[in-house]
Amino acid sequence: MSDFFSTFLDELPQISAGLWVTLEATVLGSLLALVLSFALGLMAGSRLLAVRGVSRTVVEFFRGTSLYVQLFWFYYAMPQLTGYELTPLLCGVVALGLNFGAYGAEIVRGAVNSVPRGQYEAALALNMSPVHRMRKVILPQAWVQMIPSFTNLLIQLLKATPLLWLLSAADLMTAVEHVRSLTGESLTAYLLLLAVYFVLAYALTLLMNLLERNAKRRLGLHTGAAGLFRTRSAEPVTTAGGDR
Amino acid sequence: MNPTFDWEAAREALPLLLEGFRVTLLATVLGTLVAAVLGLAIAVAGRAPSRLVTVPVKAVMEFVRSTPLLVQLVGAAAVFTSVEPLTVGIAVLGVHYAAYTSEVYRAGIDGVPQGQWEACRALSMSPRRTWQAVILPQAVRNVLPALGNYAVSMFKETPFLAVITVQEMVFEARKYGADHFAYTEAWTLAGLVFLVASYPTSLLMRKLEKRLGH
Repeated sequence: MSDFFSTFLDELPQISAGLWVTLEATVLGSLLALVLSFALGLMAGSRLLAVRGVSRTVVEFFRGTSLYVQLFWFYYAMPQLTGYELTPLLCGVVALGLNFGAYGAEIVRGAVNSVPRGQYEAALALNMSPVHRMRKVILPQAWVQMIPSFTNLLIQLLKATPLLWLLSAADLMTAVEHVRSLTGESLTAYLLLLAVYFVLAYALTLLMNLLERNAKRRLGLHTGAAGLFRTRSAEPVTTAGGDR
Repeated sequence: MNPTFDWEAAREALPLLLEGFRVTLLATVLGTLVAAVLGLAIAVAGRAPSRLVTVPVKAVMEFVRSTPLLVQLVGAAAVFTSVEPLTVGIAVLGVHYAAYTSEVYRAGIDGVPQGQWEACRALSMSPRRTWQAVILPQAVRNVLPALGNYAVSMFKETPFLAVITVQEMVFEARKYGADHFAYTEAWTLAGLVFLVASYPTSLLMRKLEKRLGH
């Protein structure tokens, strides 16, 4: 046991570098996912069949093929097919972003649809332009509804980052695996790794709770401070349905 | 380097992938079964009268839910070296997803009107009979579509099993790709098989959800 922790301390620079890679993949991946969620989710509400069709196809494609396969496709298959090669971290960011963006699109679509019809009509009656309507009336209300689901998705994304280990990107799991192989203490190593991911997930949840409170405040809904420390709503992420 | 898609290699790889696909399906079905049964047990335990039961159960479930499946899988395989990898894989998938399905059951149980509990008490039914005859039949019906969705998402996570040397489809894809330097063909086919298998299931689940009035 002590052997493990002394090795762990010796390897601390690598571990913190690995933690940094994991955080980078999480942040960049979720940014890409967020952008795609909004693009695809708003496209799904378009009046044009072609626009809706494109969004539907992309969403179903990236949800239907496994993230694992997508990641490896970008890493192994794409260089062979196109000659372009991405670094492992970039592969991870692209695959995570595309996959979770497809799931996020359903969240955006559902939340926009759940804004009461009367709000659209009122904005229309006030002669607001479509962009103005979306920005000032629909999205602020939809955003509050999206946050809990996005929190779930964000945690899922964080939980998918250890896949980078398989591409030998030097992420957190790679670093801890290395310590494990030096000491042979499997149980300690993996429990420690799980604990770190748990802390990261909880930190992200706190951040999202803060965001949710902020969004609610903008709508004039005030929430108590106790809500900030709750664990994420256990509402399951919709994988197949997504209709509300 | 072969910049184009080699159809010959694809035709050769497909039977191997489908062979591995049987293991993928087996793991999904058994894993779902474990998750469905264990999740129910956890949900019922979560309503136990004593906090000595409910608090630890909830804490463990929160931990399992918040930590990566891949780490759980690799860790379990490294600790239980004497157990067959497929068994470890099914157990870990089942426990991981049970943490989610237990929440689904919980919501389903909460959805049964309070009056039903009161009626059972008025009829002086035993707790066991209350669960069996009144609460669960109503709860489980509402929960089925969500369980189906988890089965689909578990199916898409079975490739993790390749890491602990279970010879499922992705394991075969990786092997074929490396042996014949045909990564494009192997990985593209693997993705397509997933798409072909999971999309109709998704549609089916959506229909089921609509029919049950969600």
